[in-house]
Formats: sequence, structure tokens, C-alpha cells
Amino acid sequence: MSTRSAKSAKSNIFRITAVVAAGGLGLAALSACGSSDSGSGDEGSGSKTVTLVSHDSFAYTKDVLKAFEKESGYKVRVLKDGDAGQAVNKAILTKGNPQGDVFFGVDNTLLSRALDNGLFQSYEAEGADGIQARYRVDQDKHRVTPIDSGDICVNYDKAWFSEHKLAVPTSFDDLVKPAYKDLLVTENASTSSPGLGFLLGTAAEYGDKGWEGYWKKLKANGVKVVDGWEQAYNEEFSGSAGGKKAKGDRPLVVSYASSPPAEVIYADPKPKTAPTGVAEGTCFRQVEYAGLLSNAKNSKGGKALIDFLVGKQFQEDMPLNMFVYPVIEGAKVPDAFTQYGPAAANPETLDPARIADNRDEWVKTWTSLVLK
Amino acid sequence: MAVPVAFFGVFFAYPVAAITARGLKADGVWRFGRIADVLGQSDIRHVLWFTTWQALASTALTLLVALPGAYVFARFEFRGKQILRAVVTVPFVLPTVVVGTAFLALLGRGGLLDELWGVRLDTTVWAILLAHVFFNYAVVVRTVGGLWSQLDPRQEEAARVLGASPFAAWRRVTLPALGPAVAAAALMVFLFTFTSFGVVQILGGPTFSTLEVEIYRQTSEIFDLSTAAVLTLVQFAAVGAILAVHARTVRRRETALRLVDAGATARRPRGAGQWALLAGVLGSIAVLLVLPLAVLVERSLDAPGFGYYKALTRNEGSLFLVPPIDAVGNSLRYAFAATAIALLIGGLAAAALTRRDTGRLGRLVRGFDALLMLPLGVSAVTVGFGFLIALDEPPLDLRSSWILVPLAQALVGVPFVVRTMLPVLRAVDGRLREAAAVLGASPWRVWREVDLPMVRRALLIAAGFAFAVSLGEFGATVFIARPDNPTLPVAVARLLGRAGDLNYGQAMALSTILMLVCAVALLVLERLRTDLRSDRTGEF
Repeated sequence: MSTRSAKSAKSNIFRITAVVAAGGLGLAALSACGSSDSGSGDEGSGSKTVTLVSHDSFAYTKDVLKAFEKESGYKVRVLKDGDAGQAVNKAILTKGNPQGDVFFGVDNTLLSRALDNGLFQSYEAEGADGIQARYRVDQDKHRVTPIDSGDICVNYDKAWFSEHKLAVPTSFDDLVKPAYKDLLVTENASTSSPGLGFLLGTAAEYGDKGWEGYWKKLKANGVKVVDGWEQAYNEEFSGSAGGKKAKGDRPLVVSYASSPPAEVIYADPKPKTAPTGVAEGTCFRQVEYAGLLSNAKNSKGGKALIDFLVGKQFQEDMPLNMFVYPVIEGAKVPDAFTQYGPAAANPETLDPARIADNRDEWVKTWTSLVLK
Repeated sequence: MAVPVAFFGVFFAYPVAAITARGLKADGVWRFGRIADVLGQSDIRHVLWFTTWQALASTALTLLVALPGAYVFARFEFRGKQILRAVVTVPFVLPTVVVGTAFLALLGRGGLLDELWGVRLDTTVWAILLAHVFFNYAVVVRTVGGLWSQLDPRQEEAARVLGASPFAAWRRVTLPALGPAVAAAALMVFLFTFTSFGVVQILGGPTFSTLEVEIYRQTSEIFDLSTAAVLTLVQFAAVGAILAVHARTVRRRETALRLVDAGATARRPRGAGQWALLAGVLGSIAVLLVLPLAVLVERSLDAPGFGYYKALTRNEGSLFLVPPIDAVGNSLRYAFAATAIALLIGGLAAAALTRRDTGRLGRLVRGFDALLMLPLGVSAVTVGFGFLIALDEPPLDLRSSWILVPLAQALVGVPFVVRTMLPVLRAVDGRLREAAAVLGASPWRVWREVDLPMVRRALLIAAGFAFAVSLGEFGATVFIARPDNPTLPVAVARLLGRAGDLNYGQAMALSTILMLVCAVALLVLERLRTDLRSDRTGEF
């Protein structure tokens, strides 16, 4: 937020408003407005600034990025552009004149939308051979590089299940049994990414047509659908910190495998064990990718940045910042993760191409089946 | 006039037109056939129907609850009135993410209604309607109450002396004078509820969808830009119609009323009936407006020793690279910049609108008055995405510039500035200016020495409103890519988006801080307003 961006504008109107804004504020306050990340440096080709466009959940440790800047000589500018879906859509809208050089945060549910729209150009990252084989996609063109993975799973409230002396569900099949009637809350598959992930998980488990029957049973068994993860997890779920305050009464919620460690890490004082757990066998794997944007102004810097994203330092920094798992072989995962929320052993997966072919139709069917 | 027109052209009309055109044009060919296609879908028609009827119902309910409030604020003098007037305005400027959470605590499970009578209203249409009352109570109280307090009570008293019953006197004397203000307030409430987004999304659950929610889903989630474009056009037409009617009623309101000093019309309530009315209004404010806010405060304190507030100053978990408390500073800076822009643009527009020209130019200028309100009725996602594809070439490549945030906030602030300034500027006697000019003052000097002293207070009030609105602005801010300087509402939304006790608690603490900052800004405004006495300031 330097004043440089104001000076470079040519338009009269803009100059007037900027001057007035500056006058109203006092120039001192303006230049103090976060002198760090923004706009400093030029943006021509061969420039020393490289811009990463991502979604709002992108987070990192400052020092780790500093180390990259020192080593490579590039200055990194990070733009956060809304939630995951919005960020992808905006990147596609602006692909002719992108806002940055690298995009991080397109996941397997949206990957084909990005690829079909020509969002990325080919680049095989240095160190790509260290990426675990199961995460690799687009092997002939190398337009995207996997960066992290996470599991969307049903979480359960430990206290509730021990109090009611009920066994914890361990599969999609369990969730439609009478014992678990009116216990599950999930998110709208058309607006929420865990909601969509859960739907895709059932599609992977029961097949193209089978999932519809499954959801009919789930609906009959009293599944509750809310619009977003926030409402589901913080308001309806009985096991989360927010949900306890809101007197949530659903002991099962569709969330992430990393939610239980978060319940421990963000508690004060920290409990010995997580208050929630993950129902194995109800997980769907989400993988996030990064790619070099077509028409990137600083493609050289962008390549260096992608190399850094799959580098060990960044990979090991991710878990506690974004609550995701690394994708390269041999990256260490923090103890809190292995202790409170290990990655799912056998998550459901779907080929991105199959998701692309069916996603809109499935969501539409799901909406009329479950919401109407 | 040229500056405000250019401002709205560049930062509103052009981006919105660009994104709409992107949706309706394929391979260089306009596809107007899409309009019929989209409107033919039963889902979409259902959305249109729901949008309309919930807005009508919300407006009626708001009037029902808030009109007695307007009367009480206008006619009664009681302790704490100033603070209460500020308090009832706080919801209006709060972001919906915060309000949604608060309302669930009132109407949802374990909420007050649930504990008292076992009634749960979340995910019913009632939750939406009540939240709309919560948001728009201030609109009615300020618009109708503002005028009501300036109506001469002696007119009604004269009618009584002449033998009219209290009701007849009210119906024949006060109501006709008040009518246009009620209509204007109703239209504003209708506009705000017709374009409701956050409330419907959070409280309504996935089964309810308004036009605005649908535009958001089509643009942001489903990425069907052509459907979104059609819906944007529909909403544009509806909002335009509402504003046209509103402009007419406002003009009627500004004519031919004999107004008196507001301070002289209010007095302490007399008799059991009036005390009961006052108690009833205070009670409804307590339940509908204060209680949801109190729940937020209560939850923010739910850790020993202000734990959540302390956590705000730490840089832990690095969801942001700075301690969350820095969002307060960011928000204030953005709001200051937005206020400056809104004052400049709004002030110039109001000055231009003051000229009471007749003929075509005059009508054109007055039409602009209504156009200024359009940003209040256009989806933030449309504006945000429009910015992206419209403002991407030098000299206006502002896409990732910090200035975009205050610019977007100013779009929302300008209508309030104009509404506040216009009546005052119109009340300045033109002959004063002419006299100064004849005596040799330059136009600048005329403005500085004649206009400015008379409108200074109004200017401050306008600034206060623009400031409070900018602080709470969430929609457009969240759709703009920016280096990581989150504003308060954005930080709250992000904290709510993460699991864990500290995140949730910090979200509540930040919401409370936001609320307090807004309340203080509004209270200062109240002080100014009551000091004003003889000046007339407009209300929205």
C-alpha cells in the first residue's frame, strides 16, 4: 500500500480522488498503510517481483517466504482473491491479462475448468520427481503441479458418542443406518467445497447412478444441509468450540481430517486429546495445484516460485498454516497432525476428468433431490 | 458535475456493463435469446417470486415494528435517547457475517426463543424477515422520525381543538404530511431487502435464494456468466424502478411542509398510555436489536481474562501475517480514505443537484440523484468481478491496488453523503451567494465563506455516515484481490472460516470491536445532530 500506485495513475479523476484521499488522511498515515507486500517494484518482463495469486486460505510463515526471496533475488507479492472457487473463476476471467504470474489453489474438483479454459502454461517443476506418484496429474503437458492435499471427512463429537454409548460410524453405509438418524449435518454441494467433496465421495463410492439412491436414504435418515462450512461446523456441530457455544446438536459434521488437530492447536489451555475425531471410511481426497499462468509477465520468476512451493521448506511449513498435508516424499508432518488427525488411509478419489464431465449435472440432481 | 459522473462512469457503470456484456456476448455476437431462456426456467422464476414477496413482507414488518419507534424518537424526550438512536443504527452498518451469527444465537437452537418457548426459527423464512427488521429499523426511525420530529404538533392540536378525535386528527393532519417520508422509507427498506444477500444465505439455509444470492452463485460458484448477466439485468430493472418511484416521493417530501425545530417538539411522555408505548418500543428494541448484539459480546468474553481479545494481538497460527488486531488499523485507514472520496464525490454531486434548473438539463441532473443510489442495489459480486475485467489497462490498472477498496466502499458511501447534504445545500439562500459574488468574491471564496460555514455540520454528519458504512462494508471488499491487509469484516469472516476455539472467539471479539467503533462513530454523529438544532439535514 505504498503511494507509488497512486502516483503512477494517469487519469485526472483518479488523481483528484487520490489527492483528496491523501489529504483527508495525512500522507504519513497513507504510507504507513502496510508498507510491506504491495506494489513496490516494477512489473515488466525480467522484473524482480513475482506475483502469486491465491485464495483467502493461503497462509505461510513469513520467514519461509523471506528465505526464498533472499535465495532467489525475487520479491514475492501475494494476492488473495476470494474463496477457492472465486479465485479460480477470477483467474479465468483475467487470463488474457493476468493479475500475477503463478496461481495456487485450484483443487481437483475445479482443475478441469482451469485447464479447459487454458489458464496455465506448461512447466515441469524442478523437484517434481519428489512428488508422490498418486498426486501427479496432467503428466504429458505438466500444466499444473500438485502442492498439498487434504481429506474431507465426517467428523464426530467424541463426548457425545461415549455418552450415548454408540459406536462411531466408519463408512458411508453406516450413515444411513437408523442408529445414526438425525445426527449428521453437511453443506450445500453447490456452494461449499466440503459439501461438494462429500457428494463426490459418495459418487466415488456408489457410482454414477448409485449415489442418488444413497442420498435418498441419507435424506430419509434426517441429514441436515446448511449453506456453508461455517454454519455447519460452528453452529450445528456439537463437538467444535463454536458449536458448543451455539449449543449445536449434531454430533456428526462434514469437515476436514485436519479439523481435530485445529481444535487442539487453537484451544487454550490445550486438551490432551482432540474433542473430535474423524470417521474413517467417509473421506474424499482433495488435492490443490499450482500453475504458471498463461501470459504471465514474469514467467522466470514464476517458475522459481513453483519450484519453491514443492520444495521441502515450504511443504513442511504448510500443515500448520493451511491445515493440509504435504505432497512430496519425505516431508515431515507436525506431531499434532499425526497425533490428533492422521491423514485418511483409504480416501475416496475421483479422476478430475470424471469430475469435470459430471460435476454440474450431479450438483443439479443433488440439489433437486436433497434440497427441494 | 463532471467529476461525480466520471466517477460513477468509470468505477461503477463501466465495470458492471463490462461483466454483463461478457456474459451475454459469445464470439462477438449478442445473445439476447438467453434472457428468455433464463427467465423461462422454473427455478429462476421461483427465485424471482421469493425475492419479491419476502421483500414486501419484510418491508411491511419493518414498518409495523419501527413506526411506533419513529414516533417515540420524534415526540418523546427520555434519558439515553441519544445513545439509543446510535445503538439502533449500529445494525444498519454491521456486516451480515456478524449479524447472521448473532441472529442464529437468538432464533436458533438454544437461543432465547428456544429456551423460553421451544421455538426455533432458523432456516425458516421468519428468521430472514426478523433479521431484515433488525437491519432496517434505523432506516424507518431516521427517515420518518426525522421528519416527524420537525412537524409542528400545534397543527394536530388545532385539529383537536376544532373537535377532531385523536385518531382523526392524526389521520387527517399528521399522516398526510408524513406519508411521503413513510413511502420513501418503505421504498428504501424494500430496496435493501430485495437485494438482500448475507442474511438470506446465512439464516435462510440453502432452500431460500434471492436474486442477489443467485447472481452470486451463478458468478462465483457455478461460473455461468450468461445466467448471471440476465439476472443482473433483471435486478437492475427492478432497482431502477424502485429508485425512480423513490425519487418522486422524495421530491414530494421536500416540498410544502412547514417544519419546526426538532428540539421543540419532543417532551417527556405523559399518562399511562404514552409510558406504555415508550416501554413497548424500548422492549422491542431490546429484544430485536440489542439482544443479538449482546450475544456477540457475551461470546467474545467467554474466555477467562479477556483471552480472545489478548489473542488478537498475537501473531499466532499466521492465518494473517499480522496480529488480527491490525485489521482495526487497516479498516480505519480504508474507511478514512473512502470517506474522503465519498465526501468529494458526494459533495460535488449534491452541489450540482442543488441547482434548481428547470428544463431538460435540470431533469437530467435530478435523474442523476436517483442513479447515485444504484450501487446500493447492484450485487457486490457483479461490481467486484467487473472491476477485474474493466480496470485492467493502464492508466487504470487498479486491480490489485489498495485504492480499489476505498473506491468500492465510497460507491456505497456516496448516496448517504448526497442524501445528507442535499436538503441543507438547497436551504442555503442563493441570494447570499449572489451578493458575495457581486461584492467581488471568486467562486471558490463564495463557497468557502458562504456555503461552507452553513453546511459544515452537515458535512461532518455525512462524513460520519460514510465512515460507518465503509467500516462495515463487506461485499465489494471481499471480492477485490488485495495484498494481505484484511479489513475488520474480512478478518471476521476468515476467522469464522477456521476450526478451533481461539479462531471462533477472536471472530467474536473482532466483531465486538467493529460494533463498538461503529457505535462510537454514530454516537459522535448524534451529538453533532442534536447540536445542529436549526440546520436541516437529510436522512436517507
